[in-house]
Amino acid sequence: MTSLLVFLAILAAVALVVAFLIRIPSVATTLARMRRLDRRWIFLAVWVLVMVPLLFPLKLPVAPTARAMQYYEQIDRLKAGDIVLLSADFDPAAGPELVPMLKTSIMQLCRKKVRIVGDCLWPGGPPLLEQAFSEVARDTFHYRYGEDYVNLGFKEGREAVMLAMGNSIPGTFPSDFRGTPVSKLPLMGKVTNLRSVKLLVNVSAGYPGTKEWVQQTQSRFNLKIISGCTAVSAPEYYAYLQSGQLLGLLGGMAGAAEYEKMAGVTGAATKGMDAQSSVHLLVMLCILLGNLAHWAARRLGER
Amino acid sequence: MQRQIPLILTGVIGFVMLLYFFVPHPFISGPGHFFEDAVIIVVAFAIVLGAANLLTFNGEIIARRGKDWPYKVVLLVSMFAMIAIGLVEGERYLEPETVFSWMYNTFYASMQATMFALLAFFIASAAFRAFRIRNLEAGLLAVAALFVMLGRVPIGNVISAHWPNGIQLPQISDWIMENPQNSAKRAILMGAALGVMSTGLRIIMGIEGSFARSGGNS
Repeated sequence: MTSLLVFLAILAAVALVVAFLIRIPSVATTLARMRRLDRRWIFLAVWVLVMVPLLFPLKLPVAPTARAMQYYEQIDRLKAGDIVLLSADFDPAAGPELVPMLKTSIMQLCRKKVRIVGDCLWPGGPPLLEQAFSEVARDTFHYRYGEDYVNLGFKEGREAVMLAMGNSIPGTFPSDFRGTPVSKLPLMGKVTNLRSVKLLVNVSAGYPGTKEWVQQTQSRFNLKIISGCTAVSAPEYYAYLQSGQLLGLLGGMAGAAEYEKMAGVTGAATKGMDAQSSVHLLVMLCILLGNLAHWAARRLGER
Repeated sequence: MQRQIPLILTGVIGFVMLLYFFVPHPFISGPGHFFEDAVIIVVAFAIVLGAANLLTFNGEIIARRGKDWPYKVVLLVSMFAMIAIGLVEGERYLEPETVFSWMYNTFYASMQATMFALLAFFIASAAFRAFRIRNLEAGLLAVAALFVMLGRVPIGNVISAHWPNGIQLPQISDWIMENPQNSAKRAILMGAALGVMSTGLRIIMGIEGSFARSGGNS
């Protein structure tokens, strides 16, 4: 309580000092002049505040939220031999946010000895899924392709593909991403449709993604869904989380870092959180300084 | 007829798909499965159509040395190079050691990540230049933004680590996201869903036929 009061007192003191200073013409003139600040200084500040924490980590503490815990627990409840569908619906633009949570998800699934059927509804995504499978499932956990995991690759059709998978996954994906008929993959012999998977782990950057999976398949096929998504799309999925249609949610790099903390790994997301913290502070500072400059200019009668 | 046939097809298929959602009987689900597969095939053709359109549109600009024509050359050369390399490398084109993977990681992934990363620079610049607190609503927005931005990153944990439970920055951020934000978002979702339903019904019933008008009159 004391620290909160100190924090609020500092805020109030700063506000009072600023309100007083802005009445001094020379200070107001200096602040007003900031409106003409070359934006390249801001770009330089962003660059420095990203690079320095990446090179010299601050190791700020990451605290998992309830949403991330639910995500972790849903995978933790699976039993060895269960089959999950891992839909990696994103492309490299969202890679820095989503690849860490994709890799950690595969790692947790492999630790639980769960078998994974992977697919992708974004054309630019299959190599990212394959790289994650190769690095984590094949090289680290020695998963065997075709028996422990399968990569079905990309299929165009968006919501139609989701619905068709509800009817028949081998019918929708007759061959895997290499062109091997799924009838030759032992794991696919145990997969009929969406009702035969225990969980859908969706890593999503937008459309088609989590929203469409929930709308098209959740109630229709009684599918359990957890989602890892970009920070910008997470607010849209809170409604599905509250209604129970989503059972866990990782939002952006922060969500991925929380998940890494629970999984006991220090991955790219955890390393990136220091940089994100410092840039958030810079953005806040920019909002405050920009408005101070604006108020000072108004006080001086400038437009 | 150019107008009537598409409207009839749309109406019949839309009605079957609507029933298919609720009725599992093979009499309905059979055609439903067929239309699902048909959509996937038609959309796959659209990719070919898109590539052909890209080729003709940019090819024409290159031929007449139009605006930014060198960039169009780069676009088409890149497209054909990726297609050719993928075809030459065959079914293992996604393996980590292939040229396709190298080009994907070196060019495609790097350029897309660069474009996305530039947002951070422009957000900071826009925060300084454009986020003006001119009235109460803008003030509330700014305060909410400050709490959410601090509460979603570890620095928020550090600042409020010793605050009373319930009003720590991550908890305030969560409250904002789960209550005011979620209420507004849910209202938007419901409004959009109602709009989609009404437009869908208008299309199925043939009231909304603007999509079929470009074919001319019978």
